Amino acid sequence: MAEKVLMKGNEAIAEAAIRAGCMHYFGYPITPQTEIAAYMAKRMPKIGGVFLQAESEIAAINMVYGVAGTGLRVMTSSSSPGISLKGEGISYLAGSDLPALIVNVQRGGPGLGGIQPSQSDYFQATRGGGHGDYRLIVMAPASVQEMADMTAKCFDLADKYRMPAMILADGTMGQMMEPVVLPEPTDYDKNKPWAVTGTKCERPHNIINSLYLQPDELEKTNFERFERYKQVEENETLYESFMMDDAEYCIAAFGIAARVAKNAIMAARAEGIKVGMIRPITLWPFPKKPFAEAADKVKAFISVELSMGQMIEDVQLATGCKKPVTLCNRTGGMIPSPEEVLAAIKSVAGGNK
Amino acid sequence: MSTVQLLIAGFGGQGVLFAGKFIAYKGLLENKEISWLPSYGPEMRGGTANCSVIVSDTPVGSPIVSTPDVLMVMNLPSLDKYEDAVVLGGKIFVDSTLIDRKVQRTDVDAFYIPATKLAKDAGIPTLANMIMVGKMIKETGIISFDEIEGALKKVVSAKRAELLDYNLKALETGFNYAD
Repeated sequence: MAEKVLMKGNEAIAEAAIRAGCMHYFGYPITPQTEIAAYMAKRMPKIGGVFLQAESEIAAINMVYGVAGTGLRVMTSSSSPGISLKGEGISYLAGSDLPALIVNVQRGGPGLGGIQPSQSDYFQATRGGGHGDYRLIVMAPASVQEMADMTAKCFDLADKYRMPAMILADGTMGQMMEPVVLPEPTDYDKNKPWAVTGTKCERPHNIINSLYLQPDELEKTNFERFERYKQVEENETLYESFMMDDAEYCIAAFGIAARVAKNAIMAARAEGIKVGMIRPITLWPFPKKPFAEAADKVKAFISVELSMGQMIEDVQLATGCKKPVTLCNRTGGMIPSPEEVLAAIKSVAGGNK
Repeated sequence: MSTVQLLIAGFGGQGVLFAGKFIAYKGLLENKEISWLPSYGPEMRGGTANCSVIVSDTPVGSPIVSTPDVLMVMNLPSLDKYEDAVVLGGKIFVDSTLIDRKVQRTDVDAFYIPATKLAKDAGIPTLANMIMVGKMIKETGIISFDEIEGALKKVVSAKRAELLDYNLKALETGFNYAD
């Protein structure tokens, strides 16, 4: 087995990206994701890759747009306010059917907000962030190992479905160190018939574009794109089911919130409360099915989030509001403690265990 | 099955994060489950710094240590802030050169190590952190003191290999310290 090393989540993303064949990184520094850029700045020049600190987030995402058009693996990373700035470019990537990886190591918002961990960009990530009809594949890591594994996975899925993918992490995931086994370096298929790589006068021009002045043409393009999104929903939805077999109460949580919730679940179980958790690993596509199935079995849901309650809406949609869904949350850079989550579980469970 | 939640706190620049990283690496080499989470942001630049380290036989849930089993403090604000958070029967390690008050709680074990003075006397003035760690290992057994060099090599940059011996000396000074 490959060696376990200790790495920060941010560094694990950077190294995993390089091992997935990403040789182009464009970014602009912002806490708490700066280690990704720092790692790339150190490594890329040594391996013949490109690290470029752009003059702004907007410039960086448009550089990503450029490289993505050539079919090469490319990424950018930022934190919440910086991701908002990238919104336009992300919409253009989606509108041009280009693969790319965008990493958001979230901090508290809105506005400049703070620098402590948050999950309050859930709406932005899963509902688009930029304008227009589009989706991103959104993955939510809950360990440094997943930070590494999801990076490779996002590049693969982005290529497969020709769409941008996002890793939605948070300050804790980015800053913490855990043992990680880094994925083996892999190559990817660079033969992309749509890429702009120079025709050598041997084939018609490829054009990367998101402008369609004929509405019927744009509608057709959007319909086709959503056919692909449907395949993503059918084939790529991921989640973890934790102690759900006999659960009477179900926690919904992703990322760091799921880590905290696990402690609370163990404590609740020690007191005889049968509680489990469904942890969405892909936030889009959202794991609707396991929640719908759980709605027939459990008495209630608790959505644990580092926001004012965003994923809770997807839980309500997925469960058809068959059972009550309550919110256990902190926001603005605060993280709920296992004790707070335990109290929420007890409050929902009431007297009847 | 055991899990030890450790919180190390002090001023930025005292090597608080480094000390935590060393323990995390030693735990990793002992095939334990571990996590290391630093405070980040403005406090790193001269204010208070802290890091949460969890060493466990089972997978680590939340990496945030809010109720430490073991607290190691290297300045007064940190003792003031975290003393009450320590679990019943927990252990508190105090750098008594820098903190002139005693632990007020009577339901925890307190250890006083004049680490900053010991470091200065031993000619390794920047390594009070590792003296504290040495004593903490001795009293908690959070990690083993055997093959301690292996973990040091993981955290001391290869370019500064001369610092290995100093770190080892600091760990031993703390480990063998008896008041």
